[in-house]
Amino acid sequence: MTGSILPVDDDVATRSAGRPLLEVRDLRTYFHVMDGVVRAVDGISFSIMAGETLGIVGESGCGKSVTSLSIMRLLDMPPAEIPSGEILFEGRDLLTMPDEEMRKVRGNDIAMIFQEPMTSLNPVFTVGDQIAEAVILHQGLSKKAAWDKAIESLKAVGINNPERRVKQYPHELSGGMRQRVMIAMALSCDPKLLIADEPTTALDVTIQAQILELIRTVQDRTGAALMLITHDLGVVAETVKDVVVMYAGRIVEEGSVEEVLLAPKHPYTEGLLGSIPSRGKRGERLNVIRGTVPNPFNMPPGCNFAPRCPYAFEPCTQADPRIGDANPPDVACWLYTATATSPTPPRVRPRLDLVEALG
Amino acid sequence: MTFETSEPAAPAADQPVVPVAPPPSPSVPATGAAVGRPPTSEVPLVEVEGLVKYYPIMGGFLRRHVGDVKAVDGVSFWVNRGEVLGLVGESGCGKSTLGKTLIQLTPPTAGLAKLDGEPIFGKKGKDLKKLRRRMQIIFQDPVGSLNPRMPISDIIGEGLLAQADAENRWGDRKVRDKRVGDYLDAVGLRRDYTRRYPHEFSGGQRQRIGIARALALSPDFLICDEPVSALDVSIQSQILNLLLDLRREFDLTYLFIAHNLSVVQYISDRVGVMYLGKLVELAEVEELYRRPRHPYSVALLSAVPDANPRVRKKRLVLTGDVPSPAAPPSGCHFHTRCWLYEQLGQPEVCTTADPEFRDIGDGHLVACHWAEKVPTAVVASAVPTAEVTTDTVAMPAAGIPAAPPIDAGPPTEEATASGT
Repeated sequence: MTGSILPVDDDVATRSAGRPLLEVRDLRTYFHVMDGVVRAVDGISFSIMAGETLGIVGESGCGKSVTSLSIMRLLDMPPAEIPSGEILFEGRDLLTMPDEEMRKVRGNDIAMIFQEPMTSLNPVFTVGDQIAEAVILHQGLSKKAAWDKAIESLKAVGINNPERRVKQYPHELSGGMRQRVMIAMALSCDPKLLIADEPTTALDVTIQAQILELIRTVQDRTGAALMLITHDLGVVAETVKDVVVMYAGRIVEEGSVEEVLLAPKHPYTEGLLGSIPSRGKRGERLNVIRGTVPNPFNMPPGCNFAPRCPYAFEPCTQADPRIGDANPPDVACWLYTATATSPTPPRVRPRLDLVEALG
Repeated sequence: MTFETSEPAAPAADQPVVPVAPPPSPSVPATGAAVGRPPTSEVPLVEVEGLVKYYPIMGGFLRRHVGDVKAVDGVSFWVNRGEVLGLVGESGCGKSTLGKTLIQLTPPTAGLAKLDGEPIFGKKGKDLKKLRRRMQIIFQDPVGSLNPRMPISDIIGEGLLAQADAENRWGDRKVRDKRVGDYLDAVGLRRDYTRRYPHEFSGGQRQRIGIARALALSPDFLICDEPVSALDVSIQSQILNLLLDLRREFDLTYLFIAHNLSVVQYISDRVGVMYLGKLVELAEVEELYRRPRHPYSVALLSAVPDANPRVRKKRLVLTGDVPSPAAPPSGCHFHTRCWLYEQLGQPEVCTTADPEFRDIGDGHLVACHWAEKVPTAVVASAVPTAEVTTDTVAMPAAGIPAAPPIDAGPPTEEATASGT
């Protein structure tokens, strides 16, 4: 997808600008469990160009982390199953790639930063060992060279005294420091795509500011593309250019950060923004999204969001809107679509320039 | 060395004795009323003075007392009747310990606290039980704080049963169940959920159960310890609305502890900022968010990401991590990470003297030697919600020279004198 304000056809736009680095097409990830099938990711498509930044936002259980784990092929199958979809990385489908080859991509071309820096680092190895392991594996460096590389990459993420830190164990480091180590490890092989799954959720605000700053600088410096997964709209607004909003396994809206956050189209995005407590809302009741996320075993017919949507009308309970069906191609909502029962769409698409002009 | 913290049940030889021993920290003010409280006739609901909570570190040969984790290190504040006092700070700053000590889940090392003029600490037996009825707490983790083997009716009814007497007849199952149902109603859950178990509820619903449990005893004062931080944004807003509704309905007073500055701004009337066991700033919510006067508060506010992509903040990124509360830095605890300290040319007073928690006008309390030197321009660019115009910078009482707005030079003698 592109950062254009105009509603352009995504496919046309990306083809004309060259092939995207990562292209996810109609990805479905299901989990087969005792009580039935959970459709954690239910037909999503998006793409990232080389060097671009994309945010994926949504609340817990919306499928944003499963998306990243599907891309990295880190899900246990079974219980997970990917019944359909393609994940094209530089034109090659990661889903059909042999394990051997996938191992060369994972950690080398695509690196990932996880939310919990304590559990994603191995407690019985020093930080240096863990960074060096990846470098030896992927780049074939000698032990000595890999160790130097580890020191170098710790320095690159702003860790003081890297010669000493490299010999320490994860428990000797603070949360912010551990996250820096994770980033150093992810960057040690110069990946083309960096996936950050809630990289700052476990951290305090002042440390979060440090880490976001770091991610921005290394992304700038290395030219890697960034896919940032978060529930925090503030983090999205500051870090990425384009954004995808997910709800219950589907993409409900996409666009540039400005479009989505300043002129939201989907009622869910609108509700999400309205429920953030912020200045100016003191003394008023917060705008809440009523109810809770639907039971994954028992999804409502039609639009997933319809039972919680204040604007739901007849078509919403009958057919499932998808991105691309509706008239503006960047929102999955019947409010913007002309149908047989309502020839003029009930809602006019909000325009960023008008929203800003009105303040 | 074994590193272990434990309750000071049997005081070691050099361990201060509970409860109202003279505070071991020289920083605790020994004045009468809580610092900076405007002299009004109305007695605040809660008054806390010089509250100290140390967790002893036992180690070495024979597990001797080798040091203290200074979780709360001399905190004084008050909460007016019917208000929401927000308490913010990063993890490890002592805000949760403060809440737990206040409600007597852990004994204080030193200090005084009063509820309605009556001392809180040092009570036992019947008196303590009576007090507990008036103060309740809501915990952060809606999963861990509800016993998975108890139905909701028992979880909410447990406190009622403990507090049962001839007058309220809560010992009677029917009376108790009726009350449980009433409070389930009040928090927006269905009365007929009483026989269900915690795992049958979502996170938001569990937090509602926690609130109902706290409310069932009709307390006056409710400590909310990170009540919404485990919840999704859309559920968080439902709980915040509920807490504000309940405050009106039941005349509640809240101490609202959270790390999320936006949430605290939304719900609080006054806000205190904690750093390494101390309150560094306390003011009316609008005052604090518009005119922060402690360099830490300014940095904290500038670090909050704004959901409006057009708002561009000039970050004051604090370097390094919070120092260990077992060995806090000398002088002002914040000087090791302070941007103002660097900007002023590392004045000596910051490393030698613990700043007094002083009133700089209109009940705005700050613990910084240089609060008047915080440059307005820096505040304005770091915190876009701050007021930009210079005339709004309230200069405190006479005798203190107005600070130059931008990049104050090295400190002068008179500024040093006025700052202490």
